[in-house]
Amino acid sequence: MEEIREIMLSSDDIKTDDYLVNMGPQHPSTHGVLRLLVKLEGEIVLNVQPHIGYIHSGIEKMTESLAYHQIPHLTDRMDYLSAHMNNEAVSMCVEKALQVEVPERAKYIRTIFNELQRIASHQLWWCAFGMDMGALTTFFYGLRDREDILDIFEETCGARLTLNYSLPGGVQFDIHPNFQRDVKAFIKKFRAKLPEYERLLTGNVIFRERTKGVGILTKEDAIAYGVTGPSGRASGFSCDVRKKEPYGAYPYVKFNEIMGTDGDTFTRYHLRILEMYESMNIIEQLIDNIPEGDYAVKLKGVTKLPEGEYYQRVETGRGDFGVYIISDGKKNPYRMKFRSPGFSNLFAINNIAKGWKIADLVAIMGTFDLVIPDIDR
Amino acid sequence: MAFNIYDFTPLTKSIHESLSASLSPTATLAIEWTIVGVVYLLFVAVFGLFLVYAERKVCAAFQQRLGPMRVGPWGLLQTIADFIKLLMKELITPKRADQFLYNLAPFIVIIVTFMAISVIPFAPGLVSFDFDIGVFFVTSVSSIGVIGVLLAGWSSNNKYSLIGAMRSGAQIVSYELSVGLSLIAMIIFAGTMQISGIVEGQRDLWFIFKGHVPAVIAFLVFVIAGTAETNRGPFDLAEAESELTAGFHTEYSGIKFAFFFLAEYINLFIVAAMATTVFLGGWMPLHFGDFEAFNSVMDLIPGLVWFFLKVFFVIFLMMWFKWTFPRLRVDQILNLEWKYLLPINLLNIILMTAVVLLGLHF
Amino acid sequence: MTNDSLIQTLSTLLPDAQVKMGTQYVEAILPLEKHHEFMLKLKNTPELAFDYMFCLTGADFADYLMVIYHLESTTHNHIMVAKVKTADRVNPVVDSVADIWPTADPNENEAFDLLGIKFNNHPEPRRLFLDDDWGFPLRKDYQDDVHIVSR
Repeated sequence: MEEIREIMLSSDDIKTDDYLVNMGPQHPSTHGVLRLLVKLEGEIVLNVQPHIGYIHSGIEKMTESLAYHQIPHLTDRMDYLSAHMNNEAVSMCVEKALQVEVPERAKYIRTIFNELQRIASHQLWWCAFGMDMGALTTFFYGLRDREDILDIFEETCGARLTLNYSLPGGVQFDIHPNFQRDVKAFIKKFRAKLPEYERLLTGNVIFRERTKGVGILTKEDAIAYGVTGPSGRASGFSCDVRKKEPYGAYPYVKFNEIMGTDGDTFTRYHLRILEMYESMNIIEQLIDNIPEGDYAVKLKGVTKLPEGEYYQRVETGRGDFGVYIISDGKKNPYRMKFRSPGFSNLFAINNIAKGWKIADLVAIMGTFDLVIPDIDR
Repeated sequence: MAFNIYDFTPLTKSIHESLSASLSPTATLAIEWTIVGVVYLLFVAVFGLFLVYAERKVCAAFQQRLGPMRVGPWGLLQTIADFIKLLMKELITPKRADQFLYNLAPFIVIIVTFMAISVIPFAPGLVSFDFDIGVFFVTSVSSIGVIGVLLAGWSSNNKYSLIGAMRSGAQIVSYELSVGLSLIAMIIFAGTMQISGIVEGQRDLWFIFKGHVPAVIAFLVFVIAGTAETNRGPFDLAEAESELTAGFHTEYSGIKFAFFFLAEYINLFIVAAMATTVFLGGWMPLHFGDFEAFNSVMDLIPGLVWFFLKVFFVIFLMMWFKWTFPRLRVDQILNLEWKYLLPINLLNIILMTAVVLLGLHF
Repeated sequence: MTNDSLIQTLSTLLPDAQVKMGTQYVEAILPLEKHHEFMLKLKNTPELAFDYMFCLTGADFADYLMVIYHLESTTHNHIMVAKVKTADRVNPVVDSVADIWPTADPNENEAFDLLGIKFNNHPEPRRLFLDDDWGFPLRKDYQDDVHIVSR
């Protein structure tokens, strides 16, 4: 291919040649099937070109032939670490179009699930990130604590990962009777465990040396490249959708939007740990006050959205996830587009990684928390 | 002497006498060398297997799981099964690899390991070579191992192996300095390079306690530098699985890979054994100067057992590092050596000299 | 800015664009020739300051293809939708806005990959998800007997 033939030979005095190194698609630290074509000069990265599409399933095309209550089932598989948030985004977009008001109980349940999912997603991110850095034990500690959340999910939804819980109108079934007790027990346990994560990595000199000041993303670049979520907030870009356009039960809770200023790898890392604390705060404020009532509103007959265009955003573990529906009045969407946060985040890496070494590239990729099916859809 | 019953000297003397009574001196020598060689081969094989198993169990304990449990009771036969598997694997040689050097590299690494083990005293009387520059011999022989690593990476004709081998080579060569200098500090303290002399000198108290501050500093530097020498723990960027494949031994399979793998664990043993001998007293039980009662109680435990307990302690320490800390980047590894460990070592040597000259030790 | 003042400002600033209130956000359909120039104005005018493009969509309508841009201002917190229609289906060409918003670079590649819309002056046009000789799946007239089961 032309890229391989493009190996540059420098014309000035004696320098080592640049060469192309392929990271992936099977590689332990690209977190999924992603291929990075890295142009190196010795150890220094000159250019990173991502090649995606290994897991492209054509979800957007599929939605054009599905009914609106069938589409949330597909969205689980896109960003599987934020499955419920994807479900909720599609459901809310349809509800917004039909101008249907979801019962309060459903809003509370959806928000609690969102935050539990966010903690689970950050736990998986932390364990994989530690492993990439070389602290192999973090992988087991993160997964061990995540099992409790997955058990809670399994009790209510029947599935651990692809939850398939929200539908237009509310949620599919009511929560399990043990739900509140289990969630409270989990929060108590995890509050004691989270400082252990900090002790293991945050204070470690080796870890700080590898992450402080590495891969700085400025605020202007974050806005220009559309980097949202914890990666964008670490650069000072205030993009939390829960604060800008509150949805579900978020208007009823008090929580902080964690922001950073430096925009380096360490800030992105630390911000996610602090977000886990905030998520626990949100759950604590909601878990005892779930209102009684219906868990869903029955939508009559076959849902046909009125003609027009509707956009709904939610805040997933990766950033600003958007659902855009162009409807022509029929029972299938005319065009449905998923704005995936990982897609914009991935293509900003080239800008940041120039001039750093390969080991730093692994660190930077780790803190962007990419889930490849989210990018490929 | 209180520990006569655990002294191996009568045993070795009697073998030597019975052989030389019936055979010519050359034949005696040949047979003795054969016996020593076979004993060491057995030791390396068994201990290597045991260390691999121990690493997996220790790693599992840190990660809150059990480790190998199925093959044999408590998974004890796991490593044997792994090695049988490695022996049965097809030996794939890359087509454009330099055949001679490609095949030579694992042998260099293993031979160097054997040479280094030969001077370590396991118990009183149980040492095969005891010449007057023992410590110097170990450090110089370990340096030859670098050649094996570089040859392996270069002759594989694979750019990832080459990068890995270059990184490894730079790292090992740098950290040899620190290892050597920290040992020199202790040689100044002991007054002799002969290993048996160093062990004897710890009869009243181990050097790490006797030499207080400079000995403790030298010990810490030695353990850090020793871990880096063996490409282990937080310094394993050259073979990190999450970076570029498996480093310099990417292209090796089967028995040749087994050699590299075994050599790494035996190197771990060598570093631990040197640390034990020079800092923690080798096979010498813990004695406190003149407390006869305490000393005789300590002597009830054989020297061989003391030696292995201390070696296991240091090995456990090194395994602890590996499974807790993240990895350092290669420029940070070299930074650590040249900007921090080397100056600390040099200052420590001056400090130790002052301590010895002014008699400020126990 | 509120939606009404946004409509007013846009109508004065972009003379040939059709500005109206859509179902959710203010919409402006930009003319094809002045597309790039108007987009530049949307970003650089201080009262508008649309510096964050959060969604770029391509869509296939019967006679033309459309590119839809969702823009937000991080300073004024208003959102608008800019649309541009291509001249025809056979050779859909639009100017690239990757020099204005770098996030448009991969998104335009995606639109090219799935719909076949070509972008002028794009820094690195390539197909992202599919092979070079694949068709354009998101088009309504896409036929694929092997991979799609139609009832």
